[in-house]
Amino acid sequence: MFERILLIALFFLTVSILVGLYRVIKGPSLPDRVVALDTIGINIIAGVAIFSILLNTHAFFDIILLIGILSFIGTISFSKFIERGYIIEYKRDC
Amino acid sequence: MKPNDVILQTVTKIVTFIILTFAIYLFLAGHHEPGGGFIGGLVIASALTLLYLAFDIETVREGLPVDFKVVAAVGVFIAVATGMGSILFDQPFLSQAFGYFNLPIFGKTELATAVLFDLGVALAVVGTGVTIILSISRDA
Repeated sequence: MFERILLIALFFLTVSILVGLYRVIKGPSLPDRVVALDTIGINIIAGVAIFSILLNTHAFFDIILLIGILSFIGTISFSKFIERGYIIEYKRDC
Repeated sequence: MKPNDVILQTVTKIVTFIILTFAIYLFLAGHHEPGGGFIGGLVIASALTLLYLAFDIETVREGLPVDFKVVAAVGVFIAVATGMGSILFDQPFLSQAFGYFNLPIFGKTELATAVLFDLGVALAVVGTGVTIILSISRDA
């Protein structure tokens, strides 16, 4: 019973990732695609958590935090590239 | 127009400590749980990348005056030196040893020389990753 609930949750997470992928492919502007990629990262975190319950292990908990950190840094660098045109500057002009 | 990154810089000042703590945990957990030198070094490199994103190269160099090519070289030297150290005890190259010691605070602790090899791997990964990122972003 509990396993079936987890599988249903995984199914809906998959649907959510597919909807996000539709926005990544079809999105009219670049910020739409960046926000959709961030959403897909968060859904992948939830999927890893449900899989670690299903497989009855705690070996994947580090992966959850790691995907969160990498998704955060990736989104920040994408948004900085969209806003300014460069990502890391040599000297701030202020 | 002058750019205004108050939110990004304030968040970075807090999040960098969390990421570095997570990196130290991953580095020390590599003996019994998932983790190790490679992923610990990569997480440290990602924390430094976040600092470079929020601030700029000159500011981070003032706070952290380290040449990362030297860091990579020191890491490779440590990794090779732990392999050479086993030759001094009439053992084959890169053979590892461990033992149980009674430390003052931690009690009975297992200390292994594989941690030193992992330290070399972590330093090499940090130096290589940050050097690649800095040399790519130089002429932007």
